[in-house]
Amino acid sequence: MRKLMLTAVIGLMASPALAEDGTIGLSVSTLNNPFFVTLRDGAQEAAGRLGLDLVVVDAQDSVSKQVSDIEDLVTRDVQVLIVNPTDSDAVMPAVRGAIEAGIPVVAVDRGVNSVELASFVVSDNAAGGVLAGTFICEQIGSEGSVVELEGIPGVSATRDRGAGFNEAIAESCPDVEVVARQTANFNRAEGLSVMENILVAQPEIDALFAHNDEMALGALQAVESSGRDILVVGFDATDDAVGAVEECRMGATVAQQPDQLGAQAMEIASEIIADGPPDAQVDVFVDLRLVTNDACD
Amino acid sequence: MSQGPNKERNGSGGGTPRPLFDWGTLLARFGLVLALLALIVVLSVMSDRFLSWNNIVNILRQISINAIIAFGMTVVIIGRGIDLSVGSLVALTGVIGASIAVLGVPERGLEPTFLQLAYPWLAMGAMLLIGTLLGLWNGAFVAYAGIAPFIVTLAGLTMFRGGALAYTEGRPISGMPEAIYQIGNGEILWLPTPIWIMLIFLAVSYFLLRHTSLGRSIYAIGGNEEAARLSGIPVRRVKLFTYAFCGFAAALAAIILTSRVNSGQPSAGVAFELDAIAAVVVGGTSLFGGRGGVFGTLVGALIIGVINNGMNLLDVPSFYQQIVKGGVILAALLIERIVAKRR
Repeated sequence: MRKLMLTAVIGLMASPALAEDGTIGLSVSTLNNPFFVTLRDGAQEAAGRLGLDLVVVDAQDSVSKQVSDIEDLVTRDVQVLIVNPTDSDAVMPAVRGAIEAGIPVVAVDRGVNSVELASFVVSDNAAGGVLAGTFICEQIGSEGSVVELEGIPGVSATRDRGAGFNEAIAESCPDVEVVARQTANFNRAEGLSVMENILVAQPEIDALFAHNDEMALGALQAVESSGRDILVVGFDATDDAVGAVEECRMGATVAQQPDQLGAQAMEIASEIIADGPPDAQVDVFVDLRLVTNDACD
Repeated sequence: MSQGPNKERNGSGGGTPRPLFDWGTLLARFGLVLALLALIVVLSVMSDRFLSWNNIVNILRQISINAIIAFGMTVVIIGRGIDLSVGSLVALTGVIGASIAVLGVPERGLEPTFLQLAYPWLAMGAMLLIGTLLGLWNGAFVAYAGIAPFIVTLAGLTMFRGGALAYTEGRPISGMPEAIYQIGNGEILWLPTPIWIMLIFLAVSYFLLRHTSLGRSIYAIGGNEEAARLSGIPVRRVKLFTYAFCGFAAALAAIILTSRVNSGQPSAGVAFELDAIAAVVVGGTSLFGGRGGVFGTLVGALIIGVINNGMNLLDVPSFYQQIVKGGVILAALLIERIVAKRR
């Protein structure tokens, strides 16, 4: 008994000082993934800069834990709740509870369905597509043929990345032609087989843009075994893809900036504290950046 | 799981007469409740939000899912079994129930038809039925094939999770009808519905264990299986029942969870079996069977829930939260051990 109490007390003493009112709550889906750790770090850094108190709770990828976490943040009366959902549907009842308790909610990276958010901070996939398109134009010059490997049809990432890419090609190098446009469903094996077919069909290809790195890496395999020289650009900056860029096998990959996602969410939260919640949901698009290797020719 | 001498656990009375007042007995009886009260006092001092009505309701609602599963687990463990499959069972019954429930969502702007109004109830009935059947499946292998409960339910853990993933192709099922939403998020008489369900199920489990011959048989089997058999208890059927009961409990919890997260999640319920076992052992039920009860389990679930909530209120970083939670479980077992030796 005494030991039980002691353990509990020691555990509680380990916590930082008592939090007072005026804090911002951040419920993050998991801190077991570097992406979300960086997102949290970005939020914490911004909190320091803005002079705000930030409370972070980690749902450990469990939808039920996230619901409890959000309820606990509501109990603490946080002034703004930032949610990075484990699942856009599953957090809805808890987020609705927070809103009913008068707490404005900012979603980050993933949205929340069926509720009125104050703001949604998300990576600008279209801008990422533009980055990829512009890079390809710069590399291959004003004329040439490019291939686009599309993601799962109809998914927002596919739509936005594709739109940005095609817009950039049309603007920066209108004489470059997209000679083939096929889906490989974000899948590496499909990227390989689809690209094999395209290589047979197209005698001249200068560059390839894939809507994610998995397809890009599959296609890269096809390109390398064909022996042809084609510039491959992917999306997501996975470890494999960044490695391929470092080895000069891949031209570039587009990276999200999770630290910026966290920081932007905090900026919005601080605006809400200063000026009150906006009348309608404000969508904030965070820029992406291109991972390239200047050492490659 | 079977180390150390624990003969004193199985004896019912006998030996030297106890004095009227001794600390060991007192601690054994009320130690848990005292620990919970102490925890509440400490947390109330450290956070002025802790002891608010809203937060108390919060905690009770949050523990309802774990407590319900843990009541089922208590029954299995008293019968000297264990059920590791409950988390996966929650996921599988949840996604099946959700897939039935979504059929009852009327098209936008339309009034639901009679059949659509029936779907949510059909879904919940199906979940309880499937949960019970899967419990029977586990129980059959334990009771009739004689395979160790740990192994049978470990297989269940993998299979049911696989079933949930296969059934949904890994994607969550969303868009629950209002009736399902209300089960986990609504209120009856100022208290959230999940708390009522938990309390009713507590009463049912308590009645079963303490006031039926079936309950007495479960204790007898947990205490000494051979003796139970010799005294004419249908050991196999009773064991089968305990697993079915636990499966029913998991399905009941799945109904609340499906509603609380407004969707059927094939990845839900990971490690729920461990949370439930933790509540059971913190609540003073012996992992060796034959001793314990659901009130202890409720207190165990409350202790864990209060610690989770308290640490969130006090801003303890999540990784440290896990360490503290593990420490509390260990401490509870240590105390149980000391108390058991004193008697």
